[in-house]
Parts: sequence; structure tokens; C-alpha cells
Amino acid sequence: MILTITYTGKDTSDLGFLLFKNPNRPQVFQLSFGKAYVFYPEVSDERTTAALMLDIDPIHLARGKPGSRDGGLFDYVNDRPYVSSSFMSTAISRVFGTAMSGRSDERQELSDCALDLSARIAMLPCRGDQEKLASVFEPLGYETSYEPFVADDAFPGWGESKYVNLVVSGKVRLRDLLKHLNVLIPVFDLQKHYWVGEDEVKKLLRLGEGWLGEHPEKAFITSRYLNRRRALASMAFEQLAEGRMEPATAREPNLNDKRLESVVEILKKSGASRVIDIGCGEGSLLALLVKDPQFASLAGVDVSLAALKRAKTKLRLEGASESMASRISLFQGSLGYKDSRFSGYDAACVIEVIEHLDPSRLAAFERVLFEYAQPGLVVLTTPNKEYNQNYGIGLRHGDHRFEWTRDEFHKWARLVAGKHGYEVSFSGIGDIEGVLGAPTQMGVFRNANRDS
Amino acid sequence: MQIEIPEIAVVALVGVSGSGKSTFAKQFFKPTQVLSSDFFRALVSDDENNQNVSAQAFDALYYIANKRLDMGLLTVIDATNVQKEARKQVLNLAKEQNCHPVAIVLDMPEKLCQERTKHLPGRAQIISRQSRQLRRSINSLRKEGFRHVYILKSEEEIHDAKISIIPMPSNKKSETGPFDIIGDIHGCYDELCELLGKLGYSVDAGNFSAIPPIGRKAVFLGDLCDRGPQNAEALRLVMGMASAGDAYCLAGNHDAKLQRYLGGSKVQMANGIEITAEQLGSQPEEFIGAAKEFLGSLGVHYVLDGGKLVVAHAGLTENYHNRRGGRVRSFCLYGDTTGESDEFGLPVRLTWANDYRGKALVVYGHTPAPEIGESNNTVCIDTGCVFGGKLSALRYPEREIVQVKAKMEYFAPAKPLDSRNVDDSMLCIEDILGLKYLSTRLRRSIKINEEHSAAALEVMSRFAAAPQWLIFLPPTMSPCETSNLDGYLEHPDEAFGYYRSQGIGSVVCEEKHMGSRAVIVLCKNPKVAARRFKVDDGAFGIVYTRTGRFFFDDIQTQNSILERLQNQLEASHFWDDFSTDWVCLDTELMPWSAKAQQLLEDQYAPVGRAGRNSLSQAVGAIGNAILAIGSGAQEGSVDLPALLERQKTRAKSLDLYTEAYRRYCWDVNGIGDYRIAPFHILATEGKTWTSESHVWHMDSIARYIAGNDPIFIATRYIVVDLNDNDSVSGGVGWWEELSGSGGEGMVVKPLDFISMKGPQLLQPAIKCRGREYLRIIYGPEYLLEENLARLKKRSLSKKRNLALNEFALGVESLERFVGKEPLYRVHECVFGVLAMESEPVDPRL
Repeated sequence: MILTITYTGKDTSDLGFLLFKNPNRPQVFQLSFGKAYVFYPEVSDERTTAALMLDIDPIHLARGKPGSRDGGLFDYVNDRPYVSSSFMSTAISRVFGTAMSGRSDERQELSDCALDLSARIAMLPCRGDQEKLASVFEPLGYETSYEPFVADDAFPGWGESKYVNLVVSGKVRLRDLLKHLNVLIPVFDLQKHYWVGEDEVKKLLRLGEGWLGEHPEKAFITSRYLNRRRALASMAFEQLAEGRMEPATAREPNLNDKRLESVVEILKKSGASRVIDIGCGEGSLLALLVKDPQFASLAGVDVSLAALKRAKTKLRLEGASESMASRISLFQGSLGYKDSRFSGYDAACVIEVIEHLDPSRLAAFERVLFEYAQPGLVVLTTPNKEYNQNYGIGLRHGDHRFEWTRDEFHKWARLVAGKHGYEVSFSGIGDIEGVLGAPTQMGVFRNANRDS
Repeated sequence: MQIEIPEIAVVALVGVSGSGKSTFAKQFFKPTQVLSSDFFRALVSDDENNQNVSAQAFDALYYIANKRLDMGLLTVIDATNVQKEARKQVLNLAKEQNCHPVAIVLDMPEKLCQERTKHLPGRAQIISRQSRQLRRSINSLRKEGFRHVYILKSEEEIHDAKISIIPMPSNKKSETGPFDIIGDIHGCYDELCELLGKLGYSVDAGNFSAIPPIGRKAVFLGDLCDRGPQNAEALRLVMGMASAGDAYCLAGNHDAKLQRYLGGSKVQMANGIEITAEQLGSQPEEFIGAAKEFLGSLGVHYVLDGGKLVVAHAGLTENYHNRRGGRVRSFCLYGDTTGESDEFGLPVRLTWANDYRGKALVVYGHTPAPEIGESNNTVCIDTGCVFGGKLSALRYPEREIVQVKAKMEYFAPAKPLDSRNVDDSMLCIEDILGLKYLSTRLRRSIKINEEHSAAALEVMSRFAAAPQWLIFLPPTMSPCETSNLDGYLEHPDEAFGYYRSQGIGSVVCEEKHMGSRAVIVLCKNPKVAARRFKVDDGAFGIVYTRTGRFFFDDIQTQNSILERLQNQLEASHFWDDFSTDWVCLDTELMPWSAKAQQLLEDQYAPVGRAGRNSLSQAVGAIGNAILAIGSGAQEGSVDLPALLERQKTRAKSLDLYTEAYRRYCWDVNGIGDYRIAPFHILATEGKTWTSESHVWHMDSIARYIAGNDPIFIATRYIVVDLNDNDSVSGGVGWWEELSGSGGEGMVVKPLDFISMKGPQLLQPAIKCRGREYLRIIYGPEYLLEENLARLKKRSLSKKRNLALNEFALGVESLERFVGKEPLYRVHECVFGVLAMESEPVDPRL
């Protein structure tokens, strides 16, 4: 909420001329999100400091624009009014716009000179990025120092806070300092108060002219400024005169690719034509299956509406032809509830799903799938816990409720198969690591009463 | 002419165009009962005479007809129906809907019809053709399958016609009982007499007579004979009771077979009939004749007591209730079979009862097992007496089971009787998904939107504990109306005012603990949990959050807390005094940081940290600027001293905010650092405690749960008399004291757990949160004048309605669970609460 800029040297009160803000005239500016004040905490020949202080309206942040029904982007309990964020960048543009352009009616020569300037950025959020402060600012000719804080002095166990007070100092032109701050504050603070779109690319290129193109961290800066939106970042890269973004190299197939490949292979061999993917997520497996005419009827089920929406996009079902639409259906369902829509398929895939179920709900899942839906074939994968030793971790995902060793998985699968008239066989997916086995384990259940 | 039509039937009007079908329909039926092809032609084409759209029109007509018949409504098809193909559709509909087709033929003179339609071009030829078609078919309607055919030949006959609606043969809704429903006897006469005696009947075994206690009636579920030792005797007694009007008797598959045998049909002399046949050999001719007639007269199912009770030998799915026909008969006699046989040669049975969702209680026999089989409002009471098991009766409406043991095994079962595969633990997606209206005791019809159910499905499936444990989700609570007092957003005056305006005399004010809501279900031991909650993983209880999630990620912590609670309840004789072996408690679990650690680290602490630091830097900078500028400030510049004051006030707000959240945090190094404050004893075996006052709850909790083990704490409370000013200001003072010393505030409740004003449910509780506490809700600076003024504009109506609906659902789910209703009935309420919670409501309320 407060940024100070200090000029040291001779006749430093000239800073007022450069900023177009008279040291004897503290000013207030009305911005859409609150007020910005400019005043001078120190003025002398040797050293002059200007302060830009924001008084952000917290109710406005939470409730949105007057009359807004949806409310604002932020909670009432919110750090935005107190930190250096994109709001500060907006304020720099609005309040110091002329200075940033480099024009000075009274001191043009001074404005064109590199001066001894330092800026103190209060409460800059940069969780985990402290080491980046130096690598981002120092190539631009600054020395950096920052002061970290614990999250709450009363609770040392809560660790470090994400904020630092950052001081950058160097011999730079004022306009450059302002541009650097304008771009780099939101690079560290990830929450933008505006929509990041193509306009932001233009703004970045404009503000970054002359320094961003050769900055060693330009990839980091570009990506973070543009909210990690890859398409926008490459657009920016192409337009930065000096650089092209390295083209995405054809990547090695990862474990997930291999897993899906194995599943597709089994389905193809089985001759299944009607396949249901239970826990289809964003539809990666369906996207592979849809390419093959063997699969005449496909269904994807997920409990998450958001995932289904993404699957719909991925599979391009919106506005698809009738024949395509009748070949694939996506619907919301849950493995905890008996569901007649699961029935009538030659094969069901349950890929990396069961480990997300609470163990107490596995029994319901077994019945829903094996007792009621009764597909001819079930292809089920789950992590092999033994392999985690290679990763040096306990569970592979925060939402995994359990992971099984091969023995545990085999025991469960055989029991289920036996109870419901299936035969099960096992295999591993991914690179086998000696005694630890493969990272993913797969069980293929065949309904013993069906010829398939 | 007297035209008799069954209450559920498809009636086809048959007659050429102009014969007066529509006029007839209008005269004898309700407009909504009549589906006219002309009307549907107009619906699909805007022209009721357009013959080219017949296919589309009939499609729509039969669609509606099916919907009506699904609802069990008499349906009249007003079309010419002179062609056999057209009538085939009527017959198929009746068959599909398991009811009788009726034909009413208007066989009017052709000349009359021609006269009536002469204004329609080209109609003359059509009528001649239709007349020829009618002539050809009029005599074969019965043969085609119409069960009732009425032919009216003149306008006079139409004028004199009378229609009477006759009940379905299964309809005994006016019989309200009480009943004693008796399972499969199979000739176990001694056991039958003993059972009837036990039920209070005066039994004279030697004379084959049993007289029920006054007002009661016996209902025999069939399979009177075969396999057992005294088939003739059993038959005699039941026949006698039936003819005396003391009993209803249904046909079972064995009775049907015996009837065919006595009627001279060839039957396979196995599975026990060979024994009956031999025993009947020595019986007098007239008894055999009477038995044959009796067996032939038996119905296969009855709908009793206003539709609340259905009895059938082998059970009956809801869509067959009060219907007739081959499929219904076969279901009643043989059950839901696949036609396949298992390894013992017995038919493979589908467990229709697991999917049964009907309102009527279905009582049936046919499938023997060692124990009574209850599932989803169905009860199977065949406990295999003839196989050496028990003969069972169910008293209705008491739902009490009365049994006698078989004296011996009279017949060896094809396979050993093992436990039933009926259970109601499997929930169906249709139970919860889509638009629902739930009816509860406290609020008649609660609407659950489809989109909210969809959102709840995700939460329930991904995060919640097994549905068997979730018998209650806590309802949301509304804050009091916004206060008009300066400097206050909430104040007890409004809560007191609300209850006073609703005619409540006294309220309880309970200290509001700032932690996280936790529902605790505790069973005396894992066996109780298995029996009552149908969990089989050895668990003996659970602590879950307001969204049904395990409160603790770590099961060890949960179980340690449950064990301590168990010790406490044991020591205080809770189990005995409440005659229960399980309990469900509504509690607040502290510290807040135990559950909200992430929120504290991601949101609350950072806001405090950033705010305190930034504002102190701002205060410093402005202070320096005041010194730097001295008296040199230009006209029109910002008033720095005023700005300084404002930032100092803000800085102070941040300090108070930080203090506010810190109060609710402490480190937990062991179980002993938790604090649990129960505030409702929700339910125990056979009872919900919502009939007791909140004072009772507070006192009972203090007596039985709190005060011994330090982790269980009582909640402070006072009673305020709303008509006594001193008492009211005492209540306000108490709130000020609580919230002034850092408390969250208080909850105001009417004395009664459930309070109504006339038919209207009142808010069960209203919270008044403290001024300081609200900083962590509305932001550190919410009390600044310009902020508070805006925050006072808030709307509570949605929140209040949610609070009422969720409360009604919460009470309902407990009552259903305690009343041993099926899981899906409990779950739909619990799921409903979760669905309501996904409705977007200001989370600050």
C-alpha cells in the first residue's frame, strides 16, 4: 500500500519536477478502487523521498462495483489493501504517468540522466520467490535487499509470511525505475485485479521496451506477468524483437500417456465396442478412444461438473455433429450410487480413480460396478505404492486416500472378482524398477459369465 | 345400461365418425380423463381434421395416456377405434399398464352419422368405410382381449346409460386393520395354532377355529400347504377364518399349484405337493370341493389401510400395486425372478426389495431365511418354519414381530437357509439427483434444485464419510437483523425483538463457541455400529464436519476422542439413563485453528501481518511528511494530520483484528488440547430429543458429558424473559460481557427446540456476533464509519429461509433414522442439506 522513491545526490528536491508532484503540495487522486496519495516524507538537498500511498476501499473489493450482484473478486478479509500488488502498478501509471514517459517540462536533462534512486516496496507478496528478487532486479542495475517476516509472532509454528519489504537501489533513470516497478510488482504478486488478456501483452511490451528483451529472466517475467497463460506468453515472446520462445519440443511420453496407451491397447484387443470411462476427468482417455471406429459408443462419467465441462471442450462436443454427439455421452455420476446409466457396456475403465475414494466407500463402489453395472470387462489402474520409494514420497497426491502395494491391490482385486464372477489379471505400467515394480498397477477383470 | 369400469383401466370408445363419441365422453367422464384423437391432431398440426398427422397425434396421445396410467388414473381413448390395428394399441397400453381394457361401442345408425357430419367435405365415404370396419369387428372385441365390452345401439340407450366405477379386486384400502400378517405355513398346523394363540386369538385346534381379538384381522400370506405335516388342518382353519370374515388369505405359488391339481390339471408331483395330495386323499369329498373353490377364489395381493400397506405372497414392486394381469400375478406368486436357476435348481431371484422406493409398506413371504428380512419399507416374514425355522407374524400397524419356533425340521431345504441378500445400504442415483421436493414434518415441501444437487453430489462423493454414518447435517444459522445502533452491525436487541414479535416469551442465550461444528456419533461398541449403522469396518463412531467429512484426517485422533467420550458416558451412566447404545451429538470443536489452520495461514494471518506492517510504515511516512513540510503546505493540498489520524485508526483496527483471530487459536499437541462443547443431544435409540427444551439439553450435557474430562465442556447460558425489561437488559449485558472478553457472541434460541407460530416454523436459533469477532468476518476495518454504513445494507431473507429448510431437513433425517426408515430416506434429507448449502448465499451471514 505504500511505495517510496528516494533520490540522493545534489538538489534532490528536483525529484518533484521529475514526478510532476510538488513537495509542498501533498495530493490525492481518486482511482476506481480507492484513493492514491502522494507526499514527501523527506525533502532536502541531499536526499528527497516521495511516497505513493494507496487507501484501497475494502468493501468495494468484496462487494464489487456498486449494484454488482456477483460481488467483488475478493473476500472481506483480504490482504489487497495492505500489500504491493497490481493495484500499485495501476496507481504508478495513473499518478506518475508523465514521469514514466520521460517527459519533464522543467528538468528534461535530469530526467534523461541515470540518478541514484532507490525504491522501497512495502509488503510485496512473493511466496517462495525470494531468491528471484535478486535475479530479476539485479540485471537491471539494482542492488536489492529485503526484510522477511514471520507469519504471526504469536505462533512461531506457522512459519514465514509470504511478504517482504523490498528495497532496490541503483543508478537508473526515474522513468526506467517506474517502468520496472510497474511490471515487476505484479510479477511477484500473483493475484491480478484485472483480466489478463491480449491488452496485457501490449502493455508488457510497451513497458518492457529496451530492457525486457535481453533480461535473463524474461521467460519468468513474461509468464508471471501474464498469469502463466502460455498462449499470451508466446505472443509476447514473438514480439520481443530479440527473442523467440523455444518451441515446445516433442515431449517424451510420460506415465500418464503410457497408462492411457496400455488401456487403449487392452480395449482394442478385447473387441469392446461400447466403453464407459468412469471417472473420466477431462476426457483424456475418451479423446484417444474416439479416434478409433471400433468404439461405437462411448460414455464418460465424472462426479465433478467442472471436469465434465473441460471434457466437453476437449472432445469438442459443443456444436458437434449429431452422429458424434450420439456416439459420446458425458454425464455426472458417482461411484457411491447405483446407476442404471452405467449398465450395458462391454468395458468399463476406472483409471486412477479408486485411490480417491475413502476406504469406507470402496464397498459401495464394488457393488455399483461389479454387481449392478456388470460390464464384460473392467480395466482398473491405481498407483503402486511400493514404487513411491523412488519418488521419496508417501502418497502421490494430496487427495489420495490410500495407495496400495501390489499385494494389497491383488488381494482386493481377487476378492472382488471372486465375489462377482470375474477373472482378474495384473500388469504394471511404466518403467519397472527392480523389486519395486512399475509405478502404475493395472487389473483387468473379465466377466466369467460372458463371452467377450 | 349399467356400464362397469374398473377404477384403473383403459377405456376405448369405439364408433364411426359422427357417432357421438365426444359427446358421450363429455357426458360421462371428466374432461381430463378423455384423450381425443381430434384434439391431439389439432395439438400437433393446428387442424383437428388433418388425417395426415394421425401417426404424430397418436404418438402424443399415447405418451400422455402412459403418464396418466403411471399415476393410476382412468384413461379414455376417444378415437374411432374401428380398425383392429388401432385397437391393438389400446390393448397393448392396457397390458403394459397392467390393467383391463374396456370397449364402449357406439353402434349408431350410419344414416345418423352421415347426417351429423355432412358439413365436412369428403366425410361421407370415410364414414361408409368406417361402418364396414366396425361391422367386421364388433363381435370379436372380447376375443381380441377387451375384458369388458358394452355396445350402445341408439340415442336412447346412450341416454339411459349409467357408468359405475368399480374398485380393483386388490383394493381393500378401506380396511384399516389392525392386522396380524402371517407368513408361509406349509402345513405346520401346530405352530400356526401356537402363533395365533400368542397373537391373542382364541384357538380351538381340534375344531379348526381361531377367533381374533376384537377389531383385529389375520392376513395369511399364502403357501398354506405342501411339505408340512398337517396340510388339510391348516387349510381348514384358514378357510374357516376367511369365511367368518376374520382373515384375508392370499394365494402363494404352492396354493396356486394345489388349486390346479385339485382342478384336474397335471402338475409335477414334487416340492411338497405330493405330501399334501396324500393327506387330502383321506379327506371327505365336500372338503376337497370347498378347498378347490377357496383356493380358486384367492387374490394375489391386497392394498390395505388407505394404501399404506400392501401384502403379497412373494412381494410386489410399486408399479404393480393395485394392478392386475399375468405379470402382476406372476410377481405376486413367484417374485422377481430371472427365469434362471441356481446350482440347487432354485430360481434366481432378483432383489426387488433393495430397489423398492414406494411409500406403502410391503409385507411378503415366499423366500425363507433364518431371520426377518427388512429393506426399504418391505418386510419378508418367511422364516422357514417347515424347514425347522420359525413361523412369523407381523403385527400392523405396530410393526411388531411375533414368532414361534418350529417343533422340528419337517422338510429338508434344497440348500441350507442362509441370510437374505436384502439390504437397503445401496443408494441409487435417482434418490438424490435432479429436482426434488422433500416433504418433512416441519415444512411440507422443500424444493431441492437440480444444480444444487449436482454440486452436492461432488462434495458428498469426494469428501463425505460413508452415508450410513450421516444421519444429520447441521443447519445453517441466520444472524439477527442488522442493528440500528451506531457502531454495531449485530446486537441482541434484534434477536430478542424477533422472538418477541413471534410470540415467544422466553429465550435461551447460549455462549457461541468459536471453533468448528462437529457432529459426533458414538456407539457403545463396534457391534452396535454394525447393527445400527451397518458399518462393517470395526468403527464404533465418527466425528464429522458440517459437510459430512471426517473431522480428523487421522483416524487415531478421532478414535481417541471417541474413547474419552465413551468413558465419560459410561461413568455418568448415560447409556442406562437414556436406555440406548448409541448417541448423536451436535457440538462445537475447538480450537478453530484445529480445522482452519490452512485458512489461518493463507488468509487470516497474512492480512494481519501485511496490514500491521504497511500501516505502521504509512503512519511513519506521513508523520515524517508532516515534519518535512512544516508550515509550507500549499493551499488546497491534502490535510496530512487528518490523513495521519485515519491511518492510525486503521493501524489500530489491524491490531484489534489480529487479537481477535489469535484468541481462537492455540497449538494442539495432544488430545488434551482439544475442547468440545456439545450443545444438542440429537438422538439416541428410538428417540430424537428435539422435543426437549434447550435448558434440558444444556443441563443434561452438563450432567452427563461435561465437567469431568476437561476436553468436554459445558456451554454457559442464561434464560431471558422477553417481557421483562430487566431480564432483557441483563441478556444484552451478558452478551457485551461475552463478546467484550473476546467471545464470538451468543446464540439466542426459543426455549423449545422446535417452535412454531401457528403452522409456521420459527427460526430455531439466531446468532448475535460480537463486535470484535466480526472483524474476522467483515474485515479488520469494518467498523470504520464509511464501511459499517455500507455493510449495514444486507439481506437476510434467503439465509433465513435456508436456515428453516435445513433445520426441517435435519430434524426429519434424525426422525427417519430413529424410526428405522430405509437409508435412502435418511440420506435424501442429509443430501438435501448439503445441496442447500451449495446455494450461493453471502458466506458472511
